[in-house]
Amino acid sequence: MHTKDINENIAWAKINEDVLRSMENPRVGYWVAVAACILMVSCAVLAEIYQYQVGMGPSNLNWPHMWDLYIATFVFWIGMSHSGTLLSAILHIIGADWRKPIYRFAEAMTTFSLLTAGLFPIIHLGRVWNMYWVLPYVSDRGIWPNFRSPLIWDAFAITTYLTSSAMFLFIGMIPDLAICRDNARGWRQKLYTVLSLGWQGDDRQWRHFRRIYLLMACFLIPLAVSVHSIVSADFAMSIMPGWHITSFPPYFVAGALYSGCAAIITLFIILRYFFRFEEYMTIPILEKTCKLTFAIAMVWSYLTLVEFASVWYGHDMASKEALIARFTGAYAPFFWVMLFCGIVAPFGLAFERMRRHLPTMFVLSLILNVGMWLERWMIVTPTLESSYYPFAFDTMWPGIVQWAIVFGSFGWFGLLFLIFVKVFPSVSMYEVKEMVFHRRHYHSEEQAVKFHRRATDRQLTDQPGTEGA
Amino acid sequence: MRRYYVMGLFSNFEEAFSTISDIRHHAVPGVSVDDVTLKSPIEHPEIEEILGDRGSPLPKFALFGAIFGMIFGFLFLASAQATFLVQPAGGKAVITLPSNIVLSYEMLILFAVLSTIVGFVINARLFTRRHPLYSEKVSLDQVGVLLELDEKSVEPMKELFKKHKVLEIREEVAE
Repeated sequence: MHTKDINENIAWAKINEDVLRSMENPRVGYWVAVAACILMVSCAVLAEIYQYQVGMGPSNLNWPHMWDLYIATFVFWIGMSHSGTLLSAILHIIGADWRKPIYRFAEAMTTFSLLTAGLFPIIHLGRVWNMYWVLPYVSDRGIWPNFRSPLIWDAFAITTYLTSSAMFLFIGMIPDLAICRDNARGWRQKLYTVLSLGWQGDDRQWRHFRRIYLLMACFLIPLAVSVHSIVSADFAMSIMPGWHITSFPPYFVAGALYSGCAAIITLFIILRYFFRFEEYMTIPILEKTCKLTFAIAMVWSYLTLVEFASVWYGHDMASKEALIARFTGAYAPFFWVMLFCGIVAPFGLAFERMRRHLPTMFVLSLILNVGMWLERWMIVTPTLESSYYPFAFDTMWPGIVQWAIVFGSFGWFGLLFLIFVKVFPSVSMYEVKEMVFHRRHYHSEEQAVKFHRRATDRQLTDQPGTEGA
Repeated sequence: MRRYYVMGLFSNFEEAFSTISDIRHHAVPGVSVDDVTLKSPIEHPEIEEILGDRGSPLPKFALFGAIFGMIFGFLFLASAQATFLVQPAGGKAVITLPSNIVLSYEMLILFAVLSTIVGFVINARLFTRRHPLYSEKVSLDQVGVLLELDEKSVEPMKELFKKHKVLEIREEVAE
């Protein structure tokens, strides 16, 4: 069975050639996907225009269900953004070089997820023209936004995360943009010439590049954790039953990593097919990603059960009733589907035969993400169904406008992502070259024998002498 | 005396490193390893052993940005919140430490990232014109050893390049 992450005998020139060709010549499926995404975005745009004209009524966003799919989907997209940059940074720091062929698209996923997530608070406002009220500026009455509100923290955290992760993506792409510049013609050459910032690949540039990449990775890890902790604070800082839970920050971070990893599997398989990346996005790398996803799925499952247990044993009646309502109330079918998709389905990742079967992994990764989207919905909505006061008990279902906008958001994300991978190299050429070089020189059998011999020699020479003892 | 840029393109790191090693051992009089610029498609993991540790001030930029961001973030929030001093605050703190710590933390990271990027752009000498001897082959699969030399050192350097199986030698008068 093939177990190498990558063929270390692949020539550097071929890596350039394969990746550059992919940007010019994808499979037909790519264009079908682009068309589907445009169609989905059109649905959302029409729905938003309608909502803009007639107000929030058709969305069924009304008291007590002031938050619904828009906020749930906002949390989902923020979560989706986590795996790309966070995993890339962590794997970079610990020197896991199997990340190299896949980190670029994962980081792009982060940026576009954040751009998609950012739309939802604006859409959710209804009065979209007032969206700038959330920004930290002083109004004409000399009043600032309330900095004690987690919603303002969101604005700070997400802006910081978007800026930093976009910079992380861009900085990591500079050497590849120089390769593109050296090989492109026409508008592409002009674009890459500007974006490559005059990169020449000299030792000074590489030295500082390595350092900045490491520093940014170090900054992004705590940042990513803080961002989703802050998003969880939107709920946990309230006193609503079902939201006021201490374990929400780690629970949200684990959920974010989980959905992000599942999305990486989905996009891995799609890109591998569209751009014929079989030599770079290999099955062993997919397997490693699946194992990581499985581990995170188990962490998330544990935290889910902890959440239930702490509410149950906490014995706060309102919280307990809200929990029981989730298991047995109007939204219970979705809740049980969520539990199945999030806790049971990932066990498919534990089987090697399934991990190596691309269609199965594709479907499973979608199931996991359906579960994670349902998780966010089941956090937001059931609590609002059964609040403290009986007169506030109410079951409401999202209107078609909400569904259309949520549906369209997947098209929006997909469209941005597909444009990105067509214009920019989705496999990092210089990192794959490093990976190949490193494995060829340090992991080969000859080298292993050589190093082993050296180590043995040193052990022998380091032995303290016995003369004069 | 006229000065020249001379670049040898090698097929791999080993040949390029052998050349640099000879330069280090004064194979060409008057030329030291400090004059060498290595151009390569990737950064060799043992580059510092060959060229020496040339250091990077980027951590200082990061530290400066982080400290500035923390202080700026806190002062910005505190000054904004201080406008409420003229209003009854209902017993709540005007400048609230818990929320300000969260937001200052975000500012710390944001400014640290931005400052590091500025440091990178300055120190890596980005946004400058490409060197006249820049070769696209360096971004493909070849390794370039570039030097700025006196006229009398050009020929010995070319000989050294040839000794190490150079693929191509490029030369240009330095301005």
